[in-house]
Amino acid sequence: MNAINKLGLKQRYALLTNGLDWEPSYQPKSAIFPYAEFEGIKIRDWSKWEDPFRLTMDSYWKYQAEKERKLYAVLDSFAQNNGQTGLSNARYVNAAKLFLTGITPAEYQAHRGFAHVGRHIPGVGPRIAAQMQSLDELRHAQTQIHTLSHYNRFFDGFHEFSHMHDRVWYLSVPKSFFDDARTAGPFEYFIAIGFAFEYVLTNLLFVPFMSGAAYNGDLATVTFGFSAQSDESRHMTLGIEVIKFLLEQHPDNLPIVQKWVDKWFWRGHRVLGLVAMMMDYMLPKKIMSWREAWDIYFTQAGGALFADLARYGLRPPKYADVATAEAEHLSHQNWSVFYQYTQAAAFHTWLPTPGEMDWLSEKYPNSFDQHYRPRFEMWAEMERDGKRFYNNALPQLCTVCQIPMAYTEPGDPTTICFRHSEHKGDRYHFCSDGCKDIFDGEPEKYSQSWLPVHQIFQGNCGGASMEEVLAWYRLNPGADNMDQAGSPDQAMWDQWMRMRDRVAG
Amino acid sequence: MAVVALDEHYADKIEIRDRVENFHGNIVVYLHWEEHLSFCSAVAFPFPPAMPFGALVKDILPATYGAHPDFAAIDWDAVRWTVDGRETAPDPARSLAENGVGHKSLLRFRTPGLHGYRGTRS
Repeated sequence: MNAINKLGLKQRYALLTNGLDWEPSYQPKSAIFPYAEFEGIKIRDWSKWEDPFRLTMDSYWKYQAEKERKLYAVLDSFAQNNGQTGLSNARYVNAAKLFLTGITPAEYQAHRGFAHVGRHIPGVGPRIAAQMQSLDELRHAQTQIHTLSHYNRFFDGFHEFSHMHDRVWYLSVPKSFFDDARTAGPFEYFIAIGFAFEYVLTNLLFVPFMSGAAYNGDLATVTFGFSAQSDESRHMTLGIEVIKFLLEQHPDNLPIVQKWVDKWFWRGHRVLGLVAMMMDYMLPKKIMSWREAWDIYFTQAGGALFADLARYGLRPPKYADVATAEAEHLSHQNWSVFYQYTQAAAFHTWLPTPGEMDWLSEKYPNSFDQHYRPRFEMWAEMERDGKRFYNNALPQLCTVCQIPMAYTEPGDPTTICFRHSEHKGDRYHFCSDGCKDIFDGEPEKYSQSWLPVHQIFQGNCGGASMEEVLAWYRLNPGADNMDQAGSPDQAMWDQWMRMRDRVAG
Repeated sequence: MAVVALDEHYADKIEIRDRVENFHGNIVVYLHWEEHLSFCSAVAFPFPPAMPFGALVKDILPATYGAHPDFAAIDWDAVRWTVDGRETAPDPARSLAENGVGHKSLLRFRTPGLHGYRGTRS
């Protein structure tokens, strides 16, 4: 054992990777790595992979264990001190519900996906790195569940997060995103999740949620964020190394990789619409607008990244300009969807207050007052008249992103954007050119979409009535859904605040 | 374009979940009221193809869109329809199928003179 202890980090890493790899003698390599070739990616020499981390298993466990100890100490203290009463406002908790139902199960999916890649990539260096990322993602899922389980003791909507992820209509958006990635080959998965999501877009997911938590008194979630941060930077490094490696290995890889970058940028952008709405509408104390976050994390950071990758012939993702223009509208359109379908959401909704509307006007001078303020004012009038606005019918969904077809034509926010394709005699509908291109690239795959609205019509979701479908979702009507005002969550919060005032005298 | 899949017979094994046969005799029809985007998107319904177009106008539209202040002011004779992008003047007495409405057809209607809440297309 002493001999092992005396080995340097570099030697230990070499033993872990190349030392565990071998040239097969009685099986062809293609039988051991059956997923390696069908995507068309050509690798001339796996030994050219320069591992950016050289992380060994023992140091990995040591770092992670240390972070876990810190996290769980904070979680204990948060629980003992009734940290939930220190939140900015009860509304904030709905952002945590969206996170637990929409993002945490996706972490688990990322774990499964990287486990697959960590088995099937022929190169030992990226294989080991994918295995470590797989463990990270599992740890993130687990620590997020533990972090947010404290809120489940008091608030509605947390209790069936993983069941809901598999069934609830809007959660099919992140679910189908990962189903799509995980059913792709290992190289596409690497580009989809490792590069497009982790490298290009992850700051638009983690920074808003974690800063949002910090601004709104959610110390538990902030601590989770710190605990995941060093993993995230390792994931980003892996993502960028993988794309460079593929592009350096063979010129034939470029068009394949470009198609994946285009596709997964657009898929990721659509999923992040949930974050846009969380930032602009759900956080009681705002950090910055979605528009500002997009400008910093995509337009500036992504611009520099793609300028760097241009030497490989890679261009910025197709429709990046459309996504940037959409940043003026995305959060408003998404929140409008949830406001009118509040009856079928597992979190609470509300109309922005006059103060929040002024903030939105300031942040969105080109769109809010003209298009969205009147919509909210109309609904506020209806609320005052006792006729709260609901959409009584089910929405048309995009076949690819599975989001209600609520997005407007590029350059015309007064007209819904409709696109469609014919495939084998059937018609398929899309919210955008980005989603239509993805379908047209692989119609065999997306013609299989499990669209929640159509599944209800087919009788596969518990029944035909709203009550039956909500029961099938395990959503408790009157507690998990509907407006924040009048909810049991709000009543409990108001009582806590009254008690606190009494104690304060 | 060739399917990129590990299984060369992939395309023969897929299950198209939205085939019309799966809807128990119904077709899926999407409706959209132009310039009234407070209804966030087009809406979807399973309808029997033999349902008269008039029933859609008389029964379905009021239940779906009646909450909007513009709805009561619609001049139904002036409404302009498109089915899957084609301008059409539907015959209310004839069925959806006879009016050219098929599985997953998109029906958009425009109500001249009505431009949403305070003319804002909401």
